[in-house]
Amino acid sequence: MVQLSDIVVLLPEINLLIFACAILVVDTFTQDPARRITYLLSQIALLVTIGLVFFLHTGASIYVFNGTFVSDPMSSALKAMIGIYGVVIFLYSFEYLNKQDWVKGEYFVLGLFAMLGMMVLISAASMITVYLGLELLSLSLYAMVAMQRDSASASEAAMKYFVLGALASGMLLYGISILYGITGTFQLQELNQQIQMHTGQNALLVFGMIFVIVGIAFKLGAVPFHMWVPDVYEGAPTAVTLFVSSVPKIAAFAMAIRLLVNGLEPLMQDWQLILIILAVVSMAIGNITAIAQTNIKRMLAYSTIAHIGFLLLGIIAGSHLGYAASMFYVITYALMSMGAFGIIIFLSQKNFESDNLDDIKGLSDRNPWFAFIMLILMFSLSGVPPFLGFWAKWFVLKELIASGYVWVAAAAVFFSIIGAYYYLRIVKLMYFDKPERPVLAGASAQMQVVLSLNGIALLVIGMFPGLLMALCLSALL
Amino acid sequence: MPTELPILSLLIWGPILGGIWVLYAGDRQVLTIKYLAFGVSLITFVLSILLYTDFDSTTYRMQFIEFAPWIDAFSINYHLGVDGISVPLIILTTFTTLLIILAGWEVIDYRLSQYMAAFLILEGLMNGVFAAQDAILFYVFWEAMLIPMFLIIGIWGGPNRIYATIKFFLYTFLGSVFMLVALLYLYSEANSFNILELHDLPLGATAQTLIFIAFLLAFAVKIPMWPVHTWLPDAHVEAPTGGSVILAAIMLKMGGYGFLRFSLPIVPDASLLLDKFMIALSLIAIVYIGFVALVQQDMKKLIAYSSISHMGFVTLGLFVGFSIYAATGSGSGSQMAMEGAIMQMISHGFISGALFLCVGVMYDRIHSRQISDYGGVVNTMPHFAAFMMLFVMANSGLPGTSGFVGEFLVILSSYQASFWIAFLAASILILGAAYNLWLYKRVIFGDVANEKVQGLQDINNREFLIMSLLAIAVLLFGLWPAPLFEIMGPTIEHLVSHVLQSKVI
Repeated sequence: MVQLSDIVVLLPEINLLIFACAILVVDTFTQDPARRITYLLSQIALLVTIGLVFFLHTGASIYVFNGTFVSDPMSSALKAMIGIYGVVIFLYSFEYLNKQDWVKGEYFVLGLFAMLGMMVLISAASMITVYLGLELLSLSLYAMVAMQRDSASASEAAMKYFVLGALASGMLLYGISILYGITGTFQLQELNQQIQMHTGQNALLVFGMIFVIVGIAFKLGAVPFHMWVPDVYEGAPTAVTLFVSSVPKIAAFAMAIRLLVNGLEPLMQDWQLILIILAVVSMAIGNITAIAQTNIKRMLAYSTIAHIGFLLLGIIAGSHLGYAASMFYVITYALMSMGAFGIIIFLSQKNFESDNLDDIKGLSDRNPWFAFIMLILMFSLSGVPPFLGFWAKWFVLKELIASGYVWVAAAAVFFSIIGAYYYLRIVKLMYFDKPERPVLAGASAQMQVVLSLNGIALLVIGMFPGLLMALCLSALL
Repeated sequence: MPTELPILSLLIWGPILGGIWVLYAGDRQVLTIKYLAFGVSLITFVLSILLYTDFDSTTYRMQFIEFAPWIDAFSINYHLGVDGISVPLIILTTFTTLLIILAGWEVIDYRLSQYMAAFLILEGLMNGVFAAQDAILFYVFWEAMLIPMFLIIGIWGGPNRIYATIKFFLYTFLGSVFMLVALLYLYSEANSFNILELHDLPLGATAQTLIFIAFLLAFAVKIPMWPVHTWLPDAHVEAPTGGSVILAAIMLKMGGYGFLRFSLPIVPDASLLLDKFMIALSLIAIVYIGFVALVQQDMKKLIAYSSISHMGFVTLGLFVGFSIYAATGSGSGSQMAMEGAIMQMISHGFISGALFLCVGVMYDRIHSRQISDYGGVVNTMPHFAAFMMLFVMANSGLPGTSGFVGEFLVILSSYQASFWIAFLAASILILGAAYNLWLYKRVIFGDVANEKVQGLQDINNREFLIMSLLAIAVLLFGLWPAPLFEIMGPTIEHLVSHVLQSKVI
């Protein structure tokens, strides 16, 4: 039975949907080429959503709509994070679109729809809801990547992303259908109980589970389902890359927790083995291939793959602390990724993406402050204390070792040394090399303030990581 | 505690905040930032002297303890404290930084404020390493330290600086991350990151060995021990003078400190098991690297190799104690070896720092580090030649200088373990004298080699002051090392008795 109180739980999503539809209409009628009204309304939509998430959060798990949708501490925390990051992303993107004279209202509308998909995915309590959220998210992202329709590389990226994404969705659906066939339920909690009872049919269940993992791995971009990542990152306009690289990872993390932990926890030993392989290979290929890149966006794409490997390690730990560590990691990673792409946007000019390694040469001579912010980002990404990225790695490794996977942890730190090299190279280019050409970097005051805060946050939260850790722990205990 | 001041926190955060202030002041007023940096480092030095005067040298217990919860969820605390091992090292750090600020006074003309700030921030972080009593706090300082050093070598270094600094960073990072894995494993066993609690944690033999190896990777790279020493000559040669001095005087000591604080007390049985291995590596460093130093053409490289050779003495002194105990049945020989090792660490801090400064003085004038570009410097720089004579002699272990005390103690005590260990270790006296005196002969004595040497100016008052301070330190600890032994005596005694007890479960 659907009751009125059920609707209340869904208010953040409903609000976002209404706003997104309204903005679509408003955008059609606005004459302003800079689309300020679209941008402002989108920001308001996100702020209202954050507020609703904040006020509706109760700390308890509430299942609504016949157990297909759940609001629990994890969903509230992740939705709030997506909202906050969304505000920052829109701010950076608006800056970029203005610089390129290419402001499209669709960017914000599609972004809002994608975030709606993420929120549905985060709150999914049934496999159908997972699929629903995932498709809304993915379709919006495909369209965003393809938005720059004159660009050959963007079109190629979008095509690749779409074809592979559709294939992955198909795999996921196939897996879901097998799991449904055996257990007769879409509801994740019931699935969990059913599997515990059907201990004899593990082989078939694992068969279905593997397809589900393929879907998750594709969404996260883990090796060997990572092929789309470098092309999409490089081919898409930087504003879209910024979006793709940050918040969807949070949603994909939630998807992994919902499916693997809430639904398939009794099969933990089976998925742990698979994830260990995915994680180690992701870290290896991501870190090693990133060294060979000359394009920063492509380099960051491979770096993402490596970070996803690290993120999986927390899930492999198979404990609530481990899941909390993964959540901490994904929140941290998205913050760092936003900052890094923010710097690229800061450096870009009209018809010049400024995304080659040579373009940041001598940045500390030209702009010491933002070179310093980039330095923080790079050291944080490579996991050097006292920055936040260190604590993310620390937390994951700690839980991994507590669960007895000491050797996996040793492999992980080994690959992060390899990873340190290409982050150091960025610092080297900025601080030790002379600029090749005088590039005038510039941005609006608000962009500068937010970008600075983004970098400084990594230092400040890195010095006091306790609060964020406590948030993640409370979300997953 | 006699003082209420949170001295350790001031020693850590004072220089860091001072460094940020210098950074903020920027390069607009050169003189202001020089005096600002000098003032900060002087105040820090004076504060660190308080550690000595207020230190209670009758106990091995941690003193000047500061404690505040940091990350509640995992019982990580901001826990500081010092004992007889940390205090001399902290004073060495503040003293060296003061000299470096002075040494960079007129020499650095590129991004001066960033240079000064980097050294001040580095000073705070290094004090943090020596004062941290929480393993994670220690690790944070230990790693964060790499960032300023990476920038110092990379920005103000020589022509091949980028290769050197990336090698330096990756090498040390490689070692440290495995230490992190070991620390996290220890936490999963002990549920605590408190270093002193980890000292009392019983551990199985296999676990101990693996943990020892993980620690060894971190500390052996830092010291550095043969065969993971190859980053050091590169880093030293390319670093600016100040960077070389800090690297040789303080950073190398962190490896030794790590052995004293982590490896030996946390995994004593593994240390016992692998002590012959460690002794072998130390002797290889002493003898083989001594020969390598002999053939160097670059003065900085020569001193870098001599550092590796001398640090071999430190590791020898730290690990030979087990054999001494096995041979004599008493811990007093082991204590002597360990005290010799620490004495060697402190003394090497002064001597190698002084020698790198000497090379810096010549490099600033002629812009060459090649021995062949010099000759007859004594004719144009007599005061300088006198100072360098003292430091070179101290480096070869002349009695009356601080270099003698540590080496003598280690050789004397290792004789109790085995004649051959003492014999090989003592070869440094010959090798050291050979490469040091030969260097001195080629650079300082003889006829004036070329026009550049002819045009050399002798050291100015500022350089004279720096050299005198170091000369005083070298002679003081050579003639009267008693205060140092007094401070570290109880700590080492306790450590030795702890290390010699098995804690295998």
